[in-house]
Amino acid sequence: MTHYAMVIDTKLCIGCCDCVVACKTENKVPVGLNRDWVVEATQGTYPNLSTEFRSERCNHCSNATCVTMCPTGASHYWNGSNIVLVDPNKCTGCKACIAACPYDARLIMHPGGYIDKCTFCSHRVEKGLDPACVSTCPTRCMHFGQLDDPSSTVSQLLKSRKYKVLNPETGNQPNVYYLI
Amino acid sequence: MLNAPLTRREFIKISSLLSMGSALSPMLFLGGCSAHPLPGTGTVSSTPTFCDMCFWKCAGFVHRENGEAWKIIGNAEDLHSEGRLCTRGTGGLGSYEDPDRLKKPLLRVTGADGRQTFREVSWDEALDHIATRMKAIAAKYGADRTLLLNHGYGASHFEHLMRAFGSGSSAEPAFAQCRGPRDVAFKLTFGELLGSPERTDMEHSRCIVLIGSHIGENLHNGQVQTLTTALRHDATLITVDPRFSVAAGKSKYWLPIKPGTDIALLLAWLNVLIEENLYDKDYIAQNAIGLEQLRSHVARYTPEWVYLETGIAPDLIRTTAREMAASAPATLIHPGRHSVWYGDDTQRTRAIAILNALLGSWGRKGGFYFQESVPLPDYPLPDYPTPKSTYQVAHGDRYPFAYAGVTNAVIEASIGPDAHYKAWLVYGTNLPTTIPGIRPQLKAAMDSLDLVVVVDTMPMEITGYADVVLPECTYLERYDDLRNSGERLPSLALRMPAFEPSYDTKPGWWIAKQLGHRLGLDKYFPWNDYAEVLDWQLKQVGSSLDEMKKIGIKTFPRTRPKYLAPGEAYGFHTPSSKIELYSQRLADKGFDPIPEYTRPEQPPQGFYRLNYGRMPAHTFGKTTNNPILFQLAPENTLWVNPLVATEKGIENGEYVRLANTDGVVSNRIRVRVTERIGPDSVFMAHGFGHRSRRLRLTHDVGADDSELMNNVKIDPIAGGTGMRANFVTIVKETV
Amino acid sequence: MLEQLLVSARSNPHVDPIISVWGWEISVYLFLGGLTAGIMFFSALMMILKKDEQAPFAVNGLSLLGPVVLSMGMTTLFLDLSHPLFVWRFYTTFEPTSPMSYGAWILVLFYPVSILQVLSTFRSGYGLLASLVDGFPLVGTVLDWAERYRRAIAWLALPIAVGLGIYTGILLSAFSARPFWNTGLLGPLFLVSGLSTGAALTALIARRHSERRLFTLIDAGLIVVELIVVALLLVNLSTGAALQLEAAGKLLGGSYTVAFWGVFIALGLLLPLILEYFEIRGMARRLAILAPVLVLVGGYVLRVIAVDLGQETTWTHYTSEFNTQLLDRLR
Ligand SMILES: Nc1nc2c(c(=O)[nH]1)N[C@H]1C(S)=C(S)[C@@H](COP(=O)(O)OP(=O)(O)OC[C@H]3O[C@@H](n4cnc5c(=O)[nH]c(N)nc54)[C@H](O)[C@@H]3O)O[C@H]1N2
Ligand SMILES: Nc1nc2c(c(=O)[nH]1)N[C@H]1C(S)=C(S)[C@@H](COP(=O)(O)OP(=O)(O)OC[C@H]3O[C@@H](n4cnc5c(=O)[nH]c(N)nc54)[C@H](O)[C@@H]3O)O[C@H]1N2
Ligand code: SF4
Ligand code: SF4
Ligand code: SF4
Ligand code: SF4
Ligand code: SF4
Ligand SMILES: [Mo]
Repeated sequence: MTHYAMVIDTKLCIGCCDCVVACKTENKVPVGLNRDWVVEATQGTYPNLSTEFRSERCNHCSNATCVTMCPTGASHYWNGSNIVLVDPNKCTGCKACIAACPYDARLIMHPGGYIDKCTFCSHRVEKGLDPACVSTCPTRCMHFGQLDDPSSTVSQLLKSRKYKVLNPETGNQPNVYYLI
Repeated sequence: MLNAPLTRREFIKISSLLSMGSALSPMLFLGGCSAHPLPGTGTVSSTPTFCDMCFWKCAGFVHRENGEAWKIIGNAEDLHSEGRLCTRGTGGLGSYEDPDRLKKPLLRVTGADGRQTFREVSWDEALDHIATRMKAIAAKYGADRTLLLNHGYGASHFEHLMRAFGSGSSAEPAFAQCRGPRDVAFKLTFGELLGSPERTDMEHSRCIVLIGSHIGENLHNGQVQTLTTALRHDATLITVDPRFSVAAGKSKYWLPIKPGTDIALLLAWLNVLIEENLYDKDYIAQNAIGLEQLRSHVARYTPEWVYLETGIAPDLIRTTAREMAASAPATLIHPGRHSVWYGDDTQRTRAIAILNALLGSWGRKGGFYFQESVPLPDYPLPDYPTPKSTYQVAHGDRYPFAYAGVTNAVIEASIGPDAHYKAWLVYGTNLPTTIPGIRPQLKAAMDSLDLVVVVDTMPMEITGYADVVLPECTYLERYDDLRNSGERLPSLALRMPAFEPSYDTKPGWWIAKQLGHRLGLDKYFPWNDYAEVLDWQLKQVGSSLDEMKKIGIKTFPRTRPKYLAPGEAYGFHTPSSKIELYSQRLADKGFDPIPEYTRPEQPPQGFYRLNYGRMPAHTFGKTTNNPILFQLAPENTLWVNPLVATEKGIENGEYVRLANTDGVVSNRIRVRVTERIGPDSVFMAHGFGHRSRRLRLTHDVGADDSELMNNVKIDPIAGGTGMRANFVTIVKETV
Repeated sequence: MLEQLLVSARSNPHVDPIISVWGWEISVYLFLGGLTAGIMFFSALMMILKKDEQAPFAVNGLSLLGPVVLSMGMTTLFLDLSHPLFVWRFYTTFEPTSPMSYGAWILVLFYPVSILQVLSTFRSGYGLLASLVDGFPLVGTVLDWAERYRRAIAWLALPIAVGLGIYTGILLSAFSARPFWNTGLLGPLFLVSGLSTGAALTALIARRHSERRLFTLIDAGLIVVELIVVALLLVNLSTGAALQLEAAGKLLGGSYTVAFWGVFIALGLLLPLILEYFEIRGMARRLAILAPVLVLVGGYVLRVIAVDLGQETTWTHYTSEFNTQLLDRLR
């Protein structure tokens, strides 16, 4: 299977949230809804501090509990890759997938009623483009590519840098990596 | 007769308009609800523009899908943006879609009840009204008694109009509220300005020192991108900031300085560089004058002494100075941009300039490079008449080094029966929130002026002061002048309409031409469509409007080197044609020829210093009602240190108000309890607390720092309005 | 201090600030689902055990409640769907990893069998009604046929009842993302509770004293079992990972303490147990109807607590920098 991953360098991320706006406009995400978001984590006491910014979204888990829980197959893996998509025409709005996502990455399309989430911009990926957020990020701290290609930037970065994923304990095997 | 009905103007809450705004646009609010087709599968068109969400002017393309606004993305050819727009630029469509925009010209009328309101009028009625009054003022006092208060790129059309009319006076907040002192300081030292975009060569710097300059929250695109390029290449970042800014978080050294003591730190650094012989001797010997005066001047500013003022440990001062020297000349002591802090700002930035000089960074790779723009001829037009007077009248013998109009001064010169200025044209600046503590003077000026015209896109507070409000269309709906700012490579960028002007709005060039016509200035506006001007200019440099409509930006080769050649004898544009470490010109006017340190005012008991800055999502107050950016960051928060929070018994997320030392109380603001700010001050982003009810999203949201600024420190050298000596207490909300 | 802040305003409805995708509709559905399991289980069991004499209502009348009660549950489940026009999609596929998919398909088995159950006891249970329709051709033959195979039908119903009971519990406990649900004990708990409410309902409606006594006895036994399972569940949570401890905290000394201890444990299990004790001892007859009512209430409260608390236990704990209610200005 094609193994897509996003690698985000927290050492360069400035928390500007351009990725959030880029997603909103590119994907025409309805007002008030978000597919991605930015977290600021500050540790320590003044003046001994460190701040980490994280641009977060669906992790396109290799073991996606949202997919296993979906009763209709609406939540599915795209083209035998780890990109998880929702087919609105199969979605009943039972919301099992929302409860099943340990990263709270899913949302209900209002007033549409079906479920939506980050698609890793599969509509761009299939054209060989980077996702909108990645191609907009002004610090170029976001990278997208295939982990099964050892020469890809993402593979190289994960080889050469320290990194983490969010809550590995979930067992979902998330595919958004954070360089630290 | 002139001073007939309108010489006592009451501030019109633009809410008291005769007709209220339209319902929220369906496109924006229902967009994408049902299972919409994948983006980009429809028919997509793209139009070049350069962004106007701030003054950086990044080039990009506006994309429409099936005729509907879709997205704006950067132009890969553009160096200002390196092909990527910032948060605000990406959200630019919101300014076009904003349902609260100004829609029709508005004319101040006095109703039967004696109350003044705005009436929606035709363009003809509005423009005739303005022209009649301007002619009358010209006849009675002279055309030079009119003033342009402007900011932003579209203002060029009105500068043209006013100069053609015979006015010699204009002022923009970009000087006295922003870059003025900094540019004066660098002009005095190196004989040149820093430009916008700044000529900082951060992409090649090995060491960068930020004094304030919260790049990262300050999203000036090229600055962010070149800084992160440096970080990617492991350059050393040193940040001097009392607040743990985003940049501080990326720094190898963060110096949490006591507010207002930067000059002391800078002098200590100079002290170390000279004491330890770490400065660029050949460079200084060849290019600079005044080293000896400097040496003796900084002798007393030892790190030990400065430690007591700044709270920065002596060894840290020495280590950082050595780091700078180690990477010199590829070391950049960043000049900053918003430099109006404590009133001693020209001197502080002078110290920064001198520090750069000792490190030999001016004209060197990784320091300050030489910018180049395109030699673009102006469209052939008759010369302007020589104005009878300029803004200098308003300055008198104050601010001897201010090379541009000082807003506060020209506003003062508009107050009273025998005031110099009789009419204002305000373009693209929201004066009441932009100039600290200016509201009383604005009110007074309003009472004395014969005419106040405001050209804006939004029902901002400034419109409430106007006799006539002219609704301009947004940058996405108009042509403007070609962008030709200095850069690493010379380039021209095109702004053209991606959409037809919405409602009854018009482009600035059209408004200016129409007024020109009514003022009998047709010879200055010989074109029918501004596109003709752009096409003519482009053809002079081997391009054309048609070509630019496709590519959006055209880059030209450099004709001069970017850096000084090794050992090159460069003629600096100063009286001595050298870098002036010691400034005779300052001495002649009775100012310190080399910066002195004076201790800043300290907050009274129970007060905190009001610190302010930028937030990435917004540009001042002009984007806070932008529906796309509003939903990203709907309010500003008050940063409060946990110790202060406990002491005051306030919770994270609770709403409070601030009161300044004159008892002025702010609007409600949400508390963010965070370690990122020290216990001596509070911090908020500028641009919130809008009072205008027509701004339906941002109205009454968050607090406005400017209305708390009662203690403005005027820079005697450049006329800047220092904004950081203001102190506030936290008032708990009782709801 | 660690400050974890959402710096982009995020307020996805039903997701922020905490997941709240499922409300009363799902609690009611789970409750009625469990109750139905109990109903079917006991009507079938009594039939198989030939308890016609001792428990005539359970054998002849009870089964009719099955499809009625479950249909009520299905209605609330349908009300919960946010894309209801596509409800039929449940039946265009079978998803082996999705409990909800099982749930959907169990219904396909449940309804026919429970209808057969009803038919097989229609004459004996609802003689009046039966006499009305009996006249019609075919109806009579169908009823005859059903009655002939009533015991076989009961054997068919038994596993379906158990399946339904287990499913209502598994549905939640299968969510690894919600630590409070994700325990092996929630399934058994819901099953026992379902049977208990089933027994209680029978005891409530049954006329003959022997039958009331029998089901009170059964219910008392089930309550004891239920108490043991609850105890195990609490032990399991309080010895679990951080997030399970958080959930336990909410039960033991937090936002759910009153509902859990006060209503579910005290009023829903202990008090009825005591009352049933007296009932069995043949004392305090007048309170007889109170016990089953309390059991039913307790059973529902259990579902409410499980559904709500489960959604509150989440992996991400971010506070929002902004007051997201401001976004209502856009909506
Ligand atoms: N997103 C966004 N970006 C913008 C703008 C915007 O509106 N929005 N505006 C643009 C414009 S026009 C300008 S001028 C720039 C302004 O941006 P800058 O030029 O970076 O503004 P500064 O005032 O230098 O930087 C503010 C920082 O100074 C710190 N500070 C406060 N007091 C002191 C002190 O006494 N000493 C020191 N060393 N630091 C102190 C504050 O904590 C804060 O972190 O931003 C530009 N970029
Ligand atoms: N308290 C405080 N005051 C400050 C600052 C601060 O940090 N704190 N920062 C200072 C600095 S650095 C600067 S540069 C200034 C900026 O000061 P301003 O330039 O006045 O900034 P805004 O308040 O955004 O006002 C911009 C105005 O232009 C209008 N506008 C936007 N687009 C268009 C257009 O296309 N056409 C027309 N005609 N109008 C348009 C907007 O509606 C708004 O009324 O503020 C200075 N003042
Ligand atoms: S756009 Fe890039 S830098 Fe900005 S928040 Fe997103 S990831 Fe971070
Ligand atoms: S992050 Fe959540 S929504 Fe995305 S794949 Fe994993 S489980 Fe599914
Ligand atoms: S809501 Fe839609 S996508 Fe999610 S589980 Fe139910 S059917 Fe599948
Ligand atoms: S990958 Fe695409 S869909 Fe996902 S957050 Fe980025 S822009 Fe949005
Ligand atoms: S920096 Fe951002 S807002 Fe300013 S011009 Fe560039 S893209 Fe637009
Ligand atoms: Mo500025």
